[in-house]
Formats: sequence, C-alpha cells, structure tokens
Amino acid sequence: MYDVAIIGAGVIGTLTARLLSLYDLQVCIIEKDGDVAMGTTKANSAIIHAGYDAKPGSLKAKLNVKGNAMMEQVAKDLAVHFKRIGSFVVAFNDEEMARVKELYQRGLDNGVPEMKIINGNEVREMEPNLSEDIIGALYAPTAGIIGPYELTVAAAEVAVRNGVELKLEHEVESISEEEDGYRIQTNQDSIQTKVVINAAGIFADAIAEMVGDHSFEVHARKGEYMLLDKSQGNTVSRVIFQPPSKVGKGILVTPTVDGNLLVGPTADESQKEDLATTQKGLEKVLRGAKRSVPSFNEREVIRSFAGLRAVGSTGDFVIEEADGLKGFYHAAGIESPGLSAAPAIAEELLRKIGDVIELNKVENLNLLRKPFKRFSELTNEERRELIKKDPRYGKIVCRCEKVTEGEIIECIHRPAGATNLDAVKRRTRAGMGRCQGGFCSPRVVDLLAKELDLPMEEVTKQGSGSYLLVGKTK
Amino acid sequence: MQEVREMVCIVCPVGCHMKVTSNEGQVTKVEGNSCKRGIGYAEAECTHPTRTLTTTMRIKNGEVPMISVKTDEPVPKSLLMACMEAINKAKIQAPIHVGDKIIENILDTGSNIVATRNCERKA
Amino acid sequence: MEQRELVIIGGGPAGLAAAVEAYDQGIRDILIIERDSELGGILQQCIHNGFGLHIFGEELTGPEYAWRFIEEVKERGIDYKLNTMVLDISEKREVLAVNEEDGLLEIEAKALVLAMGCRERTRGALNIPGMRPAGIYTAGAAQRFVNMEGYLPGKKVVILGSGDIGLIMARRMTLEGAKVEMVCELLPYSGGLTRNIVQCLEDFDIPLKLEHTVTQIHGKDRLEGITIAQVDAHRKPIKSTECFVECDTLLLSVGLIPENELSREAGINMDHITSGPVVNESMETSIEGVFACGNVVHVHDLVDFVTDESRVAGRCAASYLRGKHSSEQEDPIVTKAGEGIRYVIPHHIRHQLLQKENKLFFRVLDIYSDVKLVVRCDDQILYSKKKRKLAPGEMESIPITDQMIVNMEGYSEVTVEIQQSGLGVRECKK
Repeated sequence: MYDVAIIGAGVIGTLTARLLSLYDLQVCIIEKDGDVAMGTTKANSAIIHAGYDAKPGSLKAKLNVKGNAMMEQVAKDLAVHFKRIGSFVVAFNDEEMARVKELYQRGLDNGVPEMKIINGNEVREMEPNLSEDIIGALYAPTAGIIGPYELTVAAAEVAVRNGVELKLEHEVESISEEEDGYRIQTNQDSIQTKVVINAAGIFADAIAEMVGDHSFEVHARKGEYMLLDKSQGNTVSRVIFQPPSKVGKGILVTPTVDGNLLVGPTADESQKEDLATTQKGLEKVLRGAKRSVPSFNEREVIRSFAGLRAVGSTGDFVIEEADGLKGFYHAAGIESPGLSAAPAIAEELLRKIGDVIELNKVENLNLLRKPFKRFSELTNEERRELIKKDPRYGKIVCRCEKVTEGEIIECIHRPAGATNLDAVKRRTRAGMGRCQGGFCSPRVVDLLAKELDLPMEEVTKQGSGSYLLVGKTK
Repeated sequence: MQEVREMVCIVCPVGCHMKVTSNEGQVTKVEGNSCKRGIGYAEAECTHPTRTLTTTMRIKNGEVPMISVKTDEPVPKSLLMACMEAINKAKIQAPIHVGDKIIENILDTGSNIVATRNCERKA
Repeated sequence: MEQRELVIIGGGPAGLAAAVEAYDQGIRDILIIERDSELGGILQQCIHNGFGLHIFGEELTGPEYAWRFIEEVKERGIDYKLNTMVLDISEKREVLAVNEEDGLLEIEAKALVLAMGCRERTRGALNIPGMRPAGIYTAGAAQRFVNMEGYLPGKKVVILGSGDIGLIMARRMTLEGAKVEMVCELLPYSGGLTRNIVQCLEDFDIPLKLEHTVTQIHGKDRLEGITIAQVDAHRKPIKSTECFVECDTLLLSVGLIPENELSREAGINMDHITSGPVVNESMETSIEGVFACGNVVHVHDLVDFVTDESRVAGRCAASYLRGKHSSEQEDPIVTKAGEGIRYVIPHHIRHQLLQKENKLFFRVLDIYSDVKLVVRCDDQILYSKKKRKLAPGEMESIPITDQMIVNMEGYSEVTVEIQQSGLGVRECKK
C-alpha cells in the first residue's frame, strides 16, 4: 500500500516526488516510458519565463512568478544548470509595440520585477545581432534558461535516493476507487495507494476519465524546434521572443544552458503521439527566427525535434482535488509556463496533500543532489584530481561534448540512473554534439550492456521497442 | 544462343557504358568501350566473373571480438554467398596475424581465406 | 610542461605517414596522439579492398594498408599514445590531452601535425522531417557495429547517399544477411566510385535511385519505414512521386566533414569550402609550425592521396624543425579554383619551397566529359590535358613539375579550370 502514487515522471511529477520524499511516506512514480522526462518535459523551449504572459489572477500567472523566484534555489540544490539571462519581447511595428506595452502592464499586475521598455537602438546595443527592423522591446531581466531534463533527472535522483520508487515502463491501464484509496492497474502490476497525483501531461485527461472525471480535456499542440551547433551559441545572449499570438509565444531564439542556439517553436494542433517534425514546420521556424536574428548560420543545425504541449481546456493550470474524489489530485493542463512554475506547482501539491495525509519528516534526509561533475566543465586541476581518483574519467567516449567513460558509468549507477542510450545522452550529453552520436553510440551501447549486464542487442535507444541491434552477425 | 548485356567498365574511372554481345558463352562483340582493356573486362565478366570477398570472423580469446579477412585470390561471383556461409561457420582463436591462412582452398576455388589484421590473445 | 619536437594529432593513415616521413628526414623526438585504442584510424573498420593501388601497386584492405604503416612506425620506434584525446591546442603549439594513465598531458611542441580526419554528416544536417525512432545510423556507425563489434543493426535497410561508404555498406549488410532495399541519391549521379556501384550494388541487384531523397521518417520506437520522393532540378522533393518504403534501418551516407574543432579554437585560418585549414605547399597552416594533412584538410576518396599529402607534411615539418624552412619568404602565389572547380589544395604556393612530390589537388563541381583541364597564370598555360571524364566524386591531382615552377615565377595567382573543348557537353548519368 502506497501513501502517494504519482502518475507521470515529468518535471511536475518528479519535483513533487522530491518534496514528498522528505516525509515518512511510501511514494511511487508510475511512468509509461523508459526514462523520466520523456513527455512534454523533454522537448520544449527550456525557458524560465519572467511571468508577464499569463492573465493576472490566473494560476499560471501566480505560479509562474513564484516558480521563477524559486528556481535559483532549486537549481542550486539540485546542481543543475540555470542561467538568469533575461528576455526580450521584440516589436517590429507600432501594432506589435502596443502588444509589448500590454505585456509590460500585465507583468506589473502579475508582480514581475525589474521590467523595462527599451527602444530599438537600446535593443541592438544589448543584442547586436538582432534585426535592424526592431523598433523596441520589453526587457525582463528575471527570465532564464534551464536544462528541463537535467532538472527532472536531478529531482528524480533525489526522490529515489530518499526512498521513492520509480516504476519505469509502467503504463496505467485503469484506476478504481477503493475503500481507503485507489487501485491502479498498470501493464506490469497492480498497486494500492491512498493518494493519486495525476501529472500525466498530455494524457492527464485520459487518467482523469479512468475515475469518471470529465471536467477537463487536454489537447496536444506540437512545437517544432531546431538546435544549432555551439558555434552559433553566442549569436544572442538573451531569450528573444516575438510578440505572442493566440496559440503561443511565437518563434523564439535563445542560447541553451549547454551553449547551443535553439530556435522554435511552431504551434500546431496535433495527435498525442505525433512527434514528427515536418518540412513546413521547420521552414516556418527558420523563417520566424531569421526575422528577429537574421545572422545565424542555418547550416549549423545539428538536430531538429518536436515537442507536445499539454493544452488544457480550461485555459488555466488545473491543480486541485478532483471533484468528489478524495485524495485524487490533478496537475493537468501544464502547458507554458509549466516548466517555470514547476517548483511552485510541486509546493502547491504538497500543501494540498497535507490536507488528507499526515506529513511527518524523516530525519537525515534532504533535498540536495550531489553535483554531477561534467569533465568538460571542470578546471584542469579538478580534472587531474578526478582522474587520479578514477582513471575512467580520463577516457573520452563522446568526442564532440568531451564526455568521459567515468561520467557515463556514473550516470548509469546513480539513483534513477540511465537504462538506455538516450537516457545516457540526457544525463551526460554523450551523443548530443555535432556528430549526434555517430562516433560514441556504439561505445555507449557497449558500456550500457556491460554495466547493466545485458546482451548488446537488448540495449535500447529510448526504452522497450526501440531496439538498436537485431543480433550478432555470426 | 546470342545474348546482349549492358555493363559499366570498372577498369578505370572513365566508367564506359558497354554493350556486350556473346554467343554460347563466347564474347563476339563489345561496343562503347574506349580502350582495349574494356574488352578484357567484358570477356571476364561474361565468362567467369570473379570478386575478392572481404568479410569478418568472430575470434575467440582475442583482444577484439572480430577480425577482418579476405580471399587471397578472387573467387567466382556466384560463390560469394556460399563462401560467406563457410567463413561464418569456421572457428578461430587468437593470436592471428596479417596474412595467416585461416581456410585453405575455400570451396575448391583455389583461393584461401587470409587474415587482414592482427589480433593478439586477450591479456 | 613536457617538450617535444614534433607532435602528431591523429594516428590514422595521415598521422602515420607524416610520422614515418618526419622520422626518415631525421626527426627522432616524435609523439603520435591517437584517441582510439589502436593505431590505423578509420581504416581498421574499412575491411573492404581497393586501398593502396597508387602507393603499393596492389590492392589491400583497409586494415592491411593501416598495418603496413603501423609496422613502419613500430620499426622506427616512434612514440605513440593510444586512448588519448587532445582537448585543446594553442597558437603557441601547446597541446592539452587526456588519458587514463597520464591524466592530463601538457606538451609543448616545436612543430605540430594536425591529422584528425573527418566525421560523418548527420540527419540533423539534412533536416529530414519525421519521428526519431531507433534504427537511423550513419553508415560509419553501422560499419563499426558490423565489422568491429559483430552486430547487425537491422534486417531491412535503405541507404541514403551513394558515397563510397554508403555503397560499401550496402554490400556489407547484404553479405551479413540483411536485405538492402535501395540506395537513394539526391544528385543525378552517384558520388561513389564506379567500381563500387558495380560490385556493391549491381552484383546484388540493389537499386540505385538517383534524384531521390527521404522526405519522412516513420515509427515511434523503431524505424518502420520511410517516405521517399523524386526531386526536381532544384533538388526539392516532388510531392506526387512520394512513396512509402518499409524498412527497419536507414543508413546515412551523406558526406564527410573535416574534424577541425581544435584547429578553429586555436585560431587557424579556415577554408569555408573544404571546412579544413588553409594550407601552403608545405601543408603548413596559418600558424607557423602547425601542419595539417589528410581528411582534416579536405575529404579524400583514396587513402593513397592522403599518404602522399601526409608525406609532404611530415617532410616539411622536419625541415621546419631543422630551420631550413622559414615563413619569411616572398609573397606566395595564391591558387584559385576557376571555372568548374570547387577548390584547390594547397591554397598558397611559395614556389622556391616546392618539392617534386607537390601536387595540386582539387575537385570539380559537376560531371564533365571531353573537356580540357587547364592550369594557368594569367594567359600563360602551365598545364593542359584533355579529360574524357571528370566527376565530383573523384578527387583529381596534377603534379607540379619543375617546368611549371619555373613558369610560375613572377605571378601572384595560379588558376585551375575546366575549358569546354568544342564538343564538350555536361552529361548527367541517369
């Protein structure tokens, strides 16, 4: 019998699990995919928004501003990359400038600090590569960038270390109400729990329907992106937005915490499993990005990908106990600014759960994660030390990102460790560079097989079904 | 019986497109070639086409799991797959060195399978 | 900081040949740094034959070709470090490298030879739309799995790109029991050698679809198929020709890119066409005492030419170390890619330093037949030869003769170009 079962190991599910892990509770996370952060969390703009977008008074507005303020500490505690680089919303004409001013006013209402309206020259003084046609911008210095899956992996690691059970490749099939809670049937087991947290992203409505709750729907809205080589990473030093439209925040250009340049996304209604990029979408991204930042080199694209936003039918986040279902909480419709609001959403959920179960802290547990040292980011002195302790940190496996064998082995054996090729990639950046794993994939597969004691052909790209090799040649 | 085949000459980079006429296995006419080496190639291709086979073998107790091998003389093209099967069945042990004969006279072709890399015993 | 006379980055065919040549010119203090666990570079996984016709007059496989040079290195007792990755080089020729035994290595070299080779272009560079399942590999990664590790990446295969690696892998996968459905090529001609089209595709009845590309990837977990389409004259897919091909594996053989991150970070001048460093007749880069050779300079199709070029680099590094070579010479002659030529290596020629092995290496832009290949300084023709056939897939070279050297004197520019003789027509092989 679990006290809390969290459905979905995205950023919301894992950050909530991390908070719950401090208490004397049996907690599990149920995740249908082969790793954490595989849904909406995996592919988005990786932005911590300042908080001027959402309608004043909404949960989105409140939790965005609060989450933004919390992010510094959360990132520090989890030792993940977070940079408060600030953002521009740029305007190309008077009409757009009027929208920018509306956003400024909204930001003031929402309590966003330090915003400024600046003119075209000031824009280009701060960001010399922006278009000559820009006449002004909203500047919000509190906006930032983060590694969304790094954050999620880190939160899961702390949770699992503190005793939370992570059930990967467990897909929820049905949920029934029982006398003292709920029974969740997955494709692998059947569990009982007092409290359920529905953090199932684009499938949150399907989970709600399993207990007869039809109060909201979640639609998938696809966003296509392109990631550029680090040679382009310095083209801009802030997040560059265009004024938002009805369906999204427009095409943005931003550096990533890892030093690449990210452009996108599109915003198209989509099927829930459809992560395909399209010719049209990618062309649109490029065109849109070039409008703000004409000078980046599109030949340096190293990867294109698509993510799905979980767009709720209510227009706001749904963070509440389901009507008439005691102890069944939704964290649904978590579209943008969901990532920014995530730490605040996790706190909100913890507070609500406290209403139905007792929260008693266990001694000697904390929310801190042991930093994951990236060889590429260490000083030479630190590198020497590390190799002296463990020579495997002196063996480079991924040449592009300079990831060592030591790091790959470490990420496999950490709590909530990597079990497949992409999971290693998200934790260490091996295969994330300009050759996109062409060189290191065979070696990482080899290491996964050895460390997990699997035959090579059972190592997958991203969980069951995504096999990489069909067998030995002879 | 007369037969006409089109082929690309691979003797040099020019890559002449040739029309080769043969009768009862004898080449009677070669068109499209720009030098006489083309005729020789066409005749060989029509009467007894051969290929050098290069492949790998699994090796026991070696520092690497696979070694590369080749036929030291070209073998009939029609026997390539049969040679693969024979090579895949054979078992070898480290150490092996470049030029070592691994299978002699494979499928009675007169060609030997030889190692094309070294593989020492696993330390 | 450790001091070395000559440090060579990369123990593939280029680095090995440069090392042997420098040794034979009298340099004893040489260190080869190789990131893999053995010398030989990518040749070790190129188990097919066809290497060495120019250099050895016989057909060798990749591992055999590598072995000959490895033996030469070992016979001379030249130092090398395996499993060692260079992290950084500075314009003062300081090398920072790392491995398990030594930890961080800091070496100051009097001369450096860059021989890092190249890497494969990826799906991202092509921007093929669709899902991102398992089963999409670069041809080289698949080659490593099959030839070095002994694993088959898939059973029903489509190959995009008809460069030599793509063609070779079509045969290799077939021999190992996979079914290769087709090879698609965006261009109207294959970038590979004719012998490979015949022996790797035609021998096994594998169709080569010219002017075709992949427009969509299908499959969530593992690749389930692809959509291919014919392309128009602007290489854009024609919607009405789209068709679905079932397959579990897509191999990409869509080009190689010189691996020059170290060179760029060191501030070496680069050529945007070759993606390699700008070099002179001695294969010296814009940083004095830093030489480069092989695929790091420009992508070669024959390893024999890599060897030629690397010997020049090794020899010139040696003469630089002996003080016989100074960069303070008169203004060099600039080589220029004229009509029909994509690039020319070397970029600069100091004619008084030319040696008898020096060649002009270049690639043409398109397929040409019955044309004249011309090297000229202004109106003065230095070289002229009729060519039956020129193709972008085959690197061309012209030896620089003593007479040419004499004739170059006094000029600032030498141009390589294609002249269409009366009958010359551009031909597309369908």
